[in-house]
Formats: sequence, structure tokens, C-alpha cells
Amino acid sequence: MSTTGTTATVPRPRPGFTPASAFRIAGPTTGAAGALILLSIYNAFFTTNFLTLATLRVNLTQVSTIVLVAVGMTFVIATGGIDLSVGSLMAISGAIAPLIFLSHQWPLGSDWIAVPVAIVVAILVTGLFGLFNGVLVTRFEIQPIVATLVLFLGGRGIAKALLHGELRHFKEPHFDYIGTGRPFGIPVQVLLMLIVVAVAAWAMRSTSFGRYVLATGGNENAARLAGVPVNRIRLVVYAISGLLAGLAGLIVISLNSSTDPNLVGINMELNAIAAAAVGGTVLTGGRATVVGTLVGAVLVHQLRYTLISHGVADGTTRMVTAAAILGAVLLQQARRGGD
Amino acid sequence: MSDAEPQQASLLTMENIVKAFPGSVALDNASLSVARGEIHAIVGQNGAGKSTMMKIVNGAYRRNSGTLLFDGRPADFVSPLQAQAAGVSTIYQEINLVPYRSVAENILMGREPRRFGLINWPAMNRRAGEILGRLNIHIDVRQPLMNYNVALQQMVAIARAVSVDAKLVIMDEPTSSLDEREVSTLFDVIRSLKASGVSVIYISHRLDELPQIADRITVMRDGRTVAVRDAKDLTKLELIALMLGKDLGDVRSTGATGFARSTRQEDGEALLTARHMQRGRVLKDASVTVRPGEIVGLAGLLGSGRTELARVIFGADAPDSGELTYGGRTSAFANPADAIAAGIGLCSEDRKAEGIIPYLSVRENLTLAALPVLTRHGVVDTARQREIVDRFIDRLGIKTSNPDQPIRELSGGNQQKVLLARWLCLNPKLLILDEPTRGIDVGAKAEIQALIDELADAGLGVLMISSELEEIAEGSDHVTVLSDGRTVAEFDRGQISQPAIIQAMAHIETIATPDPAEVA
Repeated sequence: MSTTGTTATVPRPRPGFTPASAFRIAGPTTGAAGALILLSIYNAFFTTNFLTLATLRVNLTQVSTIVLVAVGMTFVIATGGIDLSVGSLMAISGAIAPLIFLSHQWPLGSDWIAVPVAIVVAILVTGLFGLFNGVLVTRFEIQPIVATLVLFLGGRGIAKALLHGELRHFKEPHFDYIGTGRPFGIPVQVLLMLIVVAVAAWAMRSTSFGRYVLATGGNENAARLAGVPVNRIRLVVYAISGLLAGLAGLIVISLNSSTDPNLVGINMELNAIAAAAVGGTVLTGGRATVVGTLVGAVLVHQLRYTLISHGVADGTTRMVTAAAILGAVLLQQARRGGD
Repeated sequence: MSDAEPQQASLLTMENIVKAFPGSVALDNASLSVARGEIHAIVGQNGAGKSTMMKIVNGAYRRNSGTLLFDGRPADFVSPLQAQAAGVSTIYQEINLVPYRSVAENILMGREPRRFGLINWPAMNRRAGEILGRLNIHIDVRQPLMNYNVALQQMVAIARAVSVDAKLVIMDEPTSSLDEREVSTLFDVIRSLKASGVSVIYISHRLDELPQIADRITVMRDGRTVAVRDAKDLTKLELIALMLGKDLGDVRSTGATGFARSTRQEDGEALLTARHMQRGRVLKDASVTVRPGEIVGLAGLLGSGRTELARVIFGADAPDSGELTYGGRTSAFANPADAIAAGIGLCSEDRKAEGIIPYLSVRENLTLAALPVLTRHGVVDTARQREIVDRFIDRLGIKTSNPDQPIRELSGGNQQKVLLARWLCLNPKLLILDEPTRGIDVGAKAEIQALIDELADAGLGVLMISSELEEIAEGSDHVTVLSDGRTVAEFDRGQISQPAIIQAMAHIETIATPDPAEVA
């Protein structure tokens, strides 16, 4: 056998990977994934134009901002925290970027300088606000829900102050590329979403950072005694959540070619939490799946899309969506109770 | 008082009880009979079926088949509430009380005496006082529960249980967090329960205490009832033999602990010297020295500062003052990560709260502390991780269906082995073990003790904290005794004996208590 000789080692059996363990790994998401597949099959038959590239594109475009924010939220929840400030942070980045690229002051006269600077600064600022959340949680030991409530309330205030409380339209083709560009026919924000999901899923699974995140949320005291830099990890996850919220805010305003401090990112924190929960991330921390969050966000979104495209009234759509979220979470709980 | 109990005297009779879970049979024709006013102990290794049996009695589980007679009538409790109404009270290991509320409120919660629709505080405090008085406990019932120690909190839980007219009180490991003084208070309470006609089912891993308290002992193994004996007729060795299902000769030949009692050569240079360590009100003047290749037993009652000393050495808490020398360095560690990097590991006394990450796999738990070494540019080298995990599962005989199994599904003994492996895979110089065999079944216990022995033989310095005198006395090369936050005695190999250690723990000044500074 070894004479074929690419490597000298005998291929080791991997007892770690069996169908049972695969189920266990996929476990928390199987319910949501199954529901998504069923819903897609239903749509393929009964919803006109579902199986077209245009529909897929529209759906993915619409879901991308939720996914971006929800990925950050997944990391925060995995450490046992929660981030209520993401919607307000979206409004802040949505306010900062236009202020920069509309200023036309030196050295921002050229789009080629102004747009990248606007994007980087807006995202960095929300990242710093995320870090601020992290400092409240770690250094001042404030409960995450209260700590992030500060920016949930105050952040939107900052956005309003920056824009004097007004909706502002802008025409900036280079910036709009984030919302409307389609390299290889794929919308830019969908590409960003896929890249972020792939990197985040890999980080959760294969890096020491990911292990530390789960250990921190799973048992903080034990993690600390095992040498895990618990506080640093928590700082980082809130910063990541802030960065991704900032990016999502930019996508929203570029899609609309306008920014409204009253509306950008509204209710986003709750949609992101719902996506994570439906996907199989447990809100008490320690168990999280990034791919599940993607599935959860797409499932919730597609359910709404299905109902709306069949002419179901908005009120009913909301109730059905809520019921589906409840069902998904109950299903996970039943599974957990079983073992 | 033997197996042939008259039927009417029996409060609880369980026969041919079967309980299956998906993939396993927890109870396989188990039986149990508890007489009125009897203190009945149930012993068995982890997984023998004790807890499942109790959960069937208190309505948490329903049996698949078998008969259950309670108070002379067939019973089938479908919920804990129903069992409670019938007179079955359970006191769990984790106390289910509200720490911020007063003792009286905790005892009478949900049944507060009222006047004009408001709580009648004087009446409530009086009634709570009476209930505690019946158990010979005299404390201020108006104080918040958290102002009292764990033992008293447990008494309050018992008071609450019996005040709801319990006929049967189930206690699952009530003494696991108590020191000897507190245990004897608890026993007084249990005896006064018995005197008032209440039956008690008593589950414990501490076999030594059973003859003091139990009337009869039921031994369970692999979901079956293997023996029912009068407690006074059973020696500890016989009991262990029954639990393990081994011949008496086997047990005796291996001794009661897994320590080989080999004589190791002490090689002079101290690995760790902690002197005059002080922190808060618990740690006042504690000193200890550990040399490579020796097991230093750290003895003392609960609250004597044992765990606090371990945490200060490990960098988990900062000392207020004191000198710590380790290797070449002379300063305390800023945090556990520093201590780990310097070759120290610590297994906490509380596996659940400070050891395992329950939902992470055996693999991730085992390599958690080793991740800095196993990572390159932040990415875990999974091939090396796998190799290390496989090696330690094999070496320590960790029983797991596969390394991806969540650690919480393992038995206590196997969890402890994973936590030991967490440090051993780092090749440490000093291992601090706080109650390394607490709550672990007899078989795994001996294995872990033998492992500790083997590690010390290989040159590892071990600081072992234990409440079990036997473990300290048989395992240690050197014993340091703490009392009230101070080092009060040190013993070398030849001087170690259980009575001497007990005397030192109680801080009786009849034995030599050398100045720790001189010994170090």
C-alpha cells in the first residue's frame, strides 16, 4: 500500500467522523435546513418565477444585510452575550459615509479617495462602538443586554444628530456599487455575505479564536482557569459585531441611494437574533453555528417571500413568520431534552 | 430489622422496577424497601441506577414496569408535584433556594402566613423558627439565606422539605460539600427526622459515614439491586466489594485507595514555594512547598483556605501579600494563562462549574489549554490535536464513544480524566489537584489515584487537596495542614497518620507545629 508512496503514513481511520457525529454536528441546524428544503420544493412548484436567477438574486440581496449582522450576532451570542445595538450602529455608519463622500473637501475631492475613505471610516467607527460595548461588558461587568441597550438608544441619536434628523438622498455611483454592482452577475452584497459566512464558519470551527468563543460562552469560569483570555475574546466579538453592522448599514444606504437615520437598521437586532436562534445557535451561549445562522436567515426570509408572493396579507405573514420561529426553536428544545 | 420487613411497617416498596432510555437500560428489575422511620442508604458506582431509582420515586421519571407501593397504596407519580403532595420530598445536591431572601421566607415560600392579605412577618418568622427548632437549629431566620454557609443552607432546605409534611425525604449526596463538623450537624438533623417518624433515603459516595447514620444499606450495580444489609453488619471493604462486584480478596490486596505507597526519593530543590500567602479574610498566613516528583497533600476543613491557596498560586486570584517562588521567578502569576505557560495546571474542585465546557466535545475540552501550542497563526493543527487526543484517551482509559462526544455525556470519572489530560498533554511541572476524586465512583477513583502516583514517580510535582483523609494519608509524601487560613502543621512521610492530621486540622496544640518558614 505504502509503495504508492505520496506520504509515508498509513491512512488513519477517523473514528471522529461517523454518520452519527455528522448528525450531531449538523444537529442544531437540521430542523431549519429541512424546513428550508421543503419550502424551496413547494416554491419550485407553486410559486411563479421562483426558479429564476432573478428571484434568487433578489432574495439573496434582500437577505444579505440580515445575514451579515446575524453572523456578528452569532459570535456575540456564542460567548453568552447579546448585541442590541447593531441596528443603531447601521444607522451610524449609514450617516457617516455620506457625510464624508458628500463633503467634497480636500483631500476628499476625488471619488477615488472619498468613497474608500468613507467606507473604511464608517466601518471603523462602528467597530469602535462595538469595542465600547465590549468594554462595558468586560471592564465594567455590565450585563450585555443592558450594556448594548445604551447604544441601541443612544446610537440612533448619534445618527440623527449627524444628519440633523433628516432623510438625505445622494448620487454617488462609485459608492452605489456596493448595493447595485454585479461582478460575474452576482450582486456585490451577496458576494460579501458569502465571503463573511465562509470566513466566520471557518473561524468558528478551525481557529483557536472560535474554540475560545465557544468555551467562554459554554463555561466562563472553566475557560478562564484553562487559560482562555475570556475578556479579550468578548471584546473582539462585540467589535466584530460592530464592524459587520457597519458594513450592513453601508449596503442598505447604497441600495436606497439615500440614508434615513430613523429607518436604517430598524428592528435589525431582533431579526438577527431570530436568524441565529432559528439556525440552531443557543441563546445561553456555548453552542453556535454560523452556517445555521445563514440557513435561519434565508428560511425566515423565504417564508415571508412565499407568503407575500401568494398574496397573503402583511399582518398574516408576520404572524405566520412568528409561529415558524417559535416552531423552530421548540423543535430544537425538544431535541435537546431528548439526549 | 432485616429483609423480611413486616408489610405494614414499610413506607416504600419498589419491586422489579424497569426503566429504559433510548439505547440503554438504566434499571433492570431493581428493588428497594424503606421502612417507616428508617434511614436507608443507597450506594453504588456512578451509573448503577441510584439517581434513576430516586427520580422514579419522586415523579421526575415514570417507570416502564414494576410495582411501587407508597404508604400502603400502589402509586404512580406523574410529576414531582404529585409526589410531593403524597409526602415525598427531595433535597438535591444543588440547593434550590433563593439566596437573597430570608431564611424564613425560604422555608415558608408559597405558604406564607397572611393577615389582611399581607404577609404576617412576625408569624412567619415565628413559624420558621419553630420548624428549625424542631431540628435543633437556632439561627436568625430574618437574615438572607446567603449569609449562612452551605451546610446551614442545606439544613434550611431540609427544614423546608419536612415542613410540608414529608413522609419520605430523599437526600442525594447531601454531604459532598460539607466538612466534618457540618456533616455531624447534618446527621443530628437526620436523626431528629427519624425520631419524628420520617423515613430518609440517603445517597452518598462517602462510605465511611454510612455506619454512623444509616440503618440499612441497599447496594446497586448495573441497574440491579445486589444486596440489602444492616449497616452495622457491613464493613467498608465488603461494601466496596459489593459495589464493584469483586471478591473481597481483590479489594483488600489493592488497598482502599489506588496509591502504591512507593517511597520516592525527594530531590532537594523546591519547585514551588509559597510563603505567608494572604488574601482577604480567608487566607491569612498560608505556606506550602512542593518539590519535583512528590505529592504534597493539602489538608484542612472546608473554609480553611485550601482552595483559595491553590487559586492564588495558579494566578486565578491575586494575593494581598506573600512570597511566591516558582522556578526562577519570584512574583505571583498575573492570571492562569501565565501560570499555564510556566508549566502549572489546576483541576478545580468543582468539575461542573469550573472544569468542563459541557457542550464542547471531549476533544475540544481535552486540548483547551493546549490550543496556544496547537495553533499556528491562529489555526488549530487538527492532525496534531487528533493525535494528542487519541493518545490520552488511550493512556488514561477514557471511556467515550468517540472524541466528538460532548463531555457532559461522560461519567464523572471520565470527565475528570479528560480534565487531567487537559494538563498532562502540556507536560506540566506542577499539577494542583483540588479534590481530584470527589463524586467519582470507586473504580475510577482508584485509577485516578494510581495515575497521580505514576505522574509523581515520573517527576511531576503534585499539590493535592482532599477532604478524604485516607487519600491524603495514603497518597502524600508530605502533608501540609491548613486551619483558618494558616499553615498549622507539616508532616513528612514517616509522620503521616490520619489521627495526627485530624488533630492538626482541628488545630489542637498537642503536636509539633513547626514554623512553616523553617520547613520551607
